[in-house]
Amino acid sequence: MIAPEERLAATLARLILDPAAPPARHIAVGAASPIPAAACWLVKLMGHPVRLSLLHRRSGNPFTEGTRELFDLTGQGRIDLFFLGGGQIDGQANLNLVGTGEWPGMGVRFPGSFGSAFMYFMTPRTILFREEHSPRVLVEKVDNISAPGVSPPGVFRRGTAQALVTGRCVFRFHPERARFSLASLHPGETVESVREATGFAFDVPETVPQTPDPTEAELALLRGRVCDEMIETYPEFCRRVWGRSRAA
Amino acid sequence: MMLQSPDALAALIPDGALVAIPPDNSLPSVAIAKALIRRGARGLRLLGVPVSGFATDILIGAGCVAEVETSAVSLGEAGFAPRFSAALKEGRITVRDATCPAIHTMLQAAEKGVPFMPLRGLIGSDILANRPDWKVVPNPFAPAGEDPIVLLPAKQPDFAIFHAAMADAEGNVWLGRRRECATIAHASKAALVTVERIVEGSFLEDERLAPGAISATYVTATAIAERGAHPVALLDAYGFDQDYVSAYARAARTEEGFRAWLEAEVFAPAQKVAAE
Repeated sequence: MIAPEERLAATLARLILDPAAPPARHIAVGAASPIPAAACWLVKLMGHPVRLSLLHRRSGNPFTEGTRELFDLTGQGRIDLFFLGGGQIDGQANLNLVGTGEWPGMGVRFPGSFGSAFMYFMTPRTILFREEHSPRVLVEKVDNISAPGVSPPGVFRRGTAQALVTGRCVFRFHPERARFSLASLHPGETVESVREATGFAFDVPETVPQTPDPTEAELALLRGRVCDEMIETYPEFCRRVWGRSRAA
Repeated sequence: MMLQSPDALAALIPDGALVAIPPDNSLPSVAIAKALIRRGARGLRLLGVPVSGFATDILIGAGCVAEVETSAVSLGEAGFAPRFSAALKEGRITVRDATCPAIHTMLQAAEKGVPFMPLRGLIGSDILANRPDWKVVPNPFAPAGEDPIVLLPAKQPDFAIFHAAMADAEGNVWLGRRRECATIAHASKAALVTVERIVEGSFLEDERLAPGAISATYVTATAIAERGAHPVALLDAYGFDQDYVSAYARAARTEEGFRAWLEAEVFAPAQKVAAE
């Protein structure tokens, strides 16, 4: 049995390694991101030379000048890839982490924008990740913009979304036309089921492949050494997905 | 200055003060937050550096807070911050949303004593649209009119409050690599710090301890509070108490549940100490 989290981690790992995208030499991973963290560890433990900076690692935290070091590194262009999500994500890859309704989230308040309004501009690429794929998350237009998907000419910006990975599919983002296209479907999904669950319009190529399964080697790494690396920072996740507790 | 208790530190903070607090992964003094609740503080303006967590949620729930400036408020794996969400919805607090590096940058401007500093990003975000105190100007070093960039005003908190592993005989404090606490101490008019213990000598005389120390220059007062960060982690000394925070998150879903939690976890322990 392949757990959905394992498939998502392997899918993210393939996007990290996409030869068409700018190189990922240094990746930073935020707090509430166990699946992106698993994907990064998978890439690293497969032997690819990549530096991982895990913001919430308690022992061996990479930053010795406080968390502002992450933003200073990113400002200089020394973080190649970051992951972002959103309470709402729209068809132009705008992210809303603030909340629904009137500013500052008088409908449903989400935690807040964190570093998104900076990181989305200053990293050469961002992989958007949100497991819940429903019309309330993937909306036509976000109620509030924490971080815009595209910027007008003349505004300094190194990159934007490479892709959006959800529990149902993978979308590619095309900044030149500010639209998503469907790249692959997870098992059990169809173009129609994805369309029904998505509040924004997107492009669909003639044939849409299925998202590949993780390989045996990837699964073995995820269940072994990746879990070993993650258990301190994400104990709940490791228990839920791999049945491992810290004492083991 | 070494004071007797976190309550003595909290007594130095007047109502309405601008108080900078680090987040749950970076040594907030939950001991001072609880003491502020016991003293019945009102109208505090909290600055999350750069985000806010447990200490901010209990201060809001106890009615101590008028305004929060932060980049997010969350209880981590325990989910959304319940008293923050309720107070926002009921209009009892003003929330000024920011983004993490903007808060660091405003404090760094205060550290340097300059009136503002620029920051990339932000243009096109509704965060900027809702911050009349932030300005967009053309980069003065670019060809005329090109390269818009955001300017952020310096922010000088009245107080920085945080927890450190130890203080020495000279009032220097040591907290290892969590240097955002140094930034807020440098930027603030006063820093009030709880510590696990006091040690002899001076960290500044020890080459290995000095880089993780904050000089007494910046530290107005300290007090011992054992497990003063709890339920938040303290470096390699103790971990994050997930069960405690999850139990809080469940209790604080309702006003009544929160009041009962306050009574049991903030007021009763102090009364017990006073009676002893």
